[in-house]
Amino acid sequence: VLFQIMELCGATRLGYFGRSQFYIALKLVAVAQSGLPLRVESLNTVKDLPLPRFVVSKNEQESRHTALYSSDADNPASYSGVIPPPPGRIQVKKGSVSHDAVQQRTSTDQQESTSPVVSPQQSPPTSPHTWRKHNRHPSGGNNERPLAGPGPFWAPFSEAQPGSSTSSDPIWSGHSPPPHQENWVSFADTPPTSALLAMHPASVQDQTTVRTVASATTTNEIRRQSSSYDDPWKITDEQRQYYVNQFKTIQPDLNGFIPGSAAKEFFTKSKLPILELSHIWELSDFDKDGALTLDEFCAAFHLVVARKNGYDLPEKLPESLMPKLIDLEDSTEVGEQTGEVGYSSSPAEAPPSKSPSMPSLNQTWPELNQSSEQWETFSERSSSSQTLTQFDSNIAPADPDTAIVHPVPIRMTPSKIHMQEMELKRTGSDHANPTSPLLVKPPDLPEESKMSSSVKFTAGNTVTDGYSSSDSYASDPEQIGSTVTRQRSQSGTSPDNTAPPPPPPRPHPSHSRSSSLDMNRSFSVTPGQQQAGVVAYPPAVPPRPQPSQGAGPHVHRPVDAEGLIAHTSTSPQQIPEQPNFADFSQFEAFAVSGVSKEEEEEIETHSEVLQVEKPSDSASSLRGAKADGRVEDKAPANVPTSAGKGTTPLAPPPKPIRRRLKSEDELRPEAEEHTQKTGVIAAVLASQPSIPRSVGKDKKAIQASIRRNKETNTVLARLNSELQQQLKDVLEERISLEVQLEQLRPFSHL
Amino acid sequence: VLVSLICSPPQNYPLYIRSVPTENELKFHYTVHTSLDVVDEKISAMGKALVDQRELYLGLLYPTEDYKVYGYVTNSKVKFVMVVDSSNTALRDNEIRSMFRKLHNSYTDIMCNPFYNPGDRIHSRAFDNMVNSMMMQVC
Repeated sequence: VLFQIMELCGATRLGYFGRSQFYIALKLVAVAQSGLPLRVESLNTVKDLPLPRFVVSKNEQESRHTALYSSDADNPASYSGVIPPPPGRIQVKKGSVSHDAVQQRTSTDQQESTSPVVSPQQSPPTSPHTWRKHNRHPSGGNNERPLAGPGPFWAPFSEAQPGSSTSSDPIWSGHSPPPHQENWVSFADTPPTSALLAMHPASVQDQTTVRTVASATTTNEIRRQSSSYDDPWKITDEQRQYYVNQFKTIQPDLNGFIPGSAAKEFFTKSKLPILELSHIWELSDFDKDGALTLDEFCAAFHLVVARKNGYDLPEKLPESLMPKLIDLEDSTEVGEQTGEVGYSSSPAEAPPSKSPSMPSLNQTWPELNQSSEQWETFSERSSSSQTLTQFDSNIAPADPDTAIVHPVPIRMTPSKIHMQEMELKRTGSDHANPTSPLLVKPPDLPEESKMSSSVKFTAGNTVTDGYSSSDSYASDPEQIGSTVTRQRSQSGTSPDNTAPPPPPPRPHPSHSRSSSLDMNRSFSVTPGQQQAGVVAYPPAVPPRPQPSQGAGPHVHRPVDAEGLIAHTSTSPQQIPEQPNFADFSQFEAFAVSGVSKEEEEEIETHSEVLQVEKPSDSASSLRGAKADGRVEDKAPANVPTSAGKGTTPLAPPPKPIRRRLKSEDELRPEAEEHTQKTGVIAAVLASQPSIPRSVGKDKKAIQASIRRNKETNTVLARLNSELQQQLKDVLEERISLEVQLEQLRPFSHL
Repeated sequence: VLVSLICSPPQNYPLYIRSVPTENELKFHYTVHTSLDVVDEKISAMGKALVDQRELYLGLLYPTEDYKVYGYVTNSKVKFVMVVDSSNTALRDNEIRSMFRKLHNSYTDIMCNPFYNPGDRIHSRAFDNMVNSMMMQVC
């Protein structure tokens, strides 16, 4: 029986003939008391009949669905794969239906009225009523048909094919509003003409006959079939036209938006509960912009119609309803509709239809029947493109980082962006939101690239710099990622941010360096805090002995942080640069010695500043805290490492530092040298601040900044080597002085 | 164990509360309500950068009870509070932040819905799904 029902379902899917098939199937289901097939069928019918009619019972849905199917069946082309089997079935059904039509009608009526099994077809009584309402067809028998359930539907459908087809045609054509009304009509046509409930074979036969009749009927049917093909949520052409007209009444520009308030008023007129309207809005406002484009509006309207007809709202927007390209053929909407319809039909089917109609249908179909498979393929075909987008839209919100970055989040996933792009193509109105994420991304990317480029620049400086800068750099990517993720629109960029984390860290260290240079420059350019910060650095550095270097960074950090916080740099890079600048200047003052440590400290502070300064980063403070923690960790680590490395530059730095403390004179010359070099570096950095600013705007500028950064890197490298040389000289001098001292001491004794 | 709560200003009445997986809800409800005071404290304390989003990490509230309470406030003074078991030591600060971001994004989506009146309890299924998925990730 199930199998038969499945067959019926398949037949129903095909089209109007499918409708009769549907009836038959319903009837069978009622007979077999297997709700599943019926549900599937009802799903199909629902899909095909996304009419605003109030389809309380599945039967009605199925009937509509079958009607649609029949119309679809008329169009062999659309149902190439599916049609063959159903016709056979239809044939069978038809015969049986005709036979049992009358009987089955009554039986189905009874069945329907009493068949809780047929969940899809819940309220047979209501269905007839709805039929009456929607059914323009004068035949009152139509109402009864639904009651009869699948059987009646089938029967009338098949029987009425000759007559119904003709009558349905005019009805269809005359019925501009929701196509499923037409389906109703066509359905109604069939019931009166054929009371084929009978057997499943009979219904099949009926279906076939109906189909044949339908084929003879009109292109409208065909069109409807194609539109309603396997897609309960599909918006048929008539429906769509109706929606478009409604849209025009609110918003004359078809490419414009309907603001939320206007949409709210409009949909409130449908007298649906606010909760459901809210849910419909959530589903249909695809780009979450608070306004409805034409496609979104059609989707929302369709959902309202379906809901009023008793279909449950889906959890996700069906593919056919997704606001993809503006396509009056409903090809895109089909998927969504199918999804929604499937879901909406779930009230009768409840459990089965929970999942998106398409997937569930697809799942059930294979189980059910070959026809179901065909049906799926058909639906897949129609909704393939939308499936992709639907997934994307679904994925977008789910994507935490990208969404946050985005999604806004949810949304900035590449797929989402793709969808947005599609939406852009479709309507200019929708472009606002889709483009925004896209637009947001590019700025982020340039920023990132810029920073990375600057980082590279600094990377070339020294190992120690890279050492410390890597720390700061690590914090920067995090910041970047966090800032990006912060904004939904930028969520898409977050993947980019997070994607190349490894490269950025390396460049970042250099970036911090370069930024330090920029800081110098920026200091020179921007007076005040930066300079204060810079000034604070040099004095702080000398007094800081090696052991206290760990403490120094902390001190510096707060200072830098404060300075930086107070400073409102145009670009975050500048801000970090400032601390770096300060650090760098300190570095210069200390020459090679302590550079590693100080740099680390500076970088830490810099990273702190970066973290703090990231305006959009809500977690910046936290990150700053983290960075502080990291920096602190780094500082102590650096100290031990520096201590551990006797030959490493760290070792010399401590000595020189101590040496400086001992001998200011030597320090001063070094400082002078450093200052000279600092001046050079400052000059280089000065050029860099401009780099960060322009980066965000122009990729060429980024490249130019990259080049400049590289140049700065080379300059800094040169400076570094020179400072190293000076350090060696100083050490030699120190040794010589110590030797002299020892020599003098014995003499003193003497 | 994870509990999340969204409270809207100015009276801080809850818009949404969800706890998973245990059913010890009353205790968690009490906890989040008491933590609202701490959140308010921090808001008033942070004089500058009020416009920026910030995450308030409240830390361990009770030395005996082994759970942490995280707070998050948006620009419009909507507070998100999350209670997690300290046994979930795998939960890093970053993850908490990302969860708050997701919450905020979803909340923004709800706000975009013209049928949603600010101040109403949140019934959005999409929001529920998001929160459920988030909590499943943690637990």
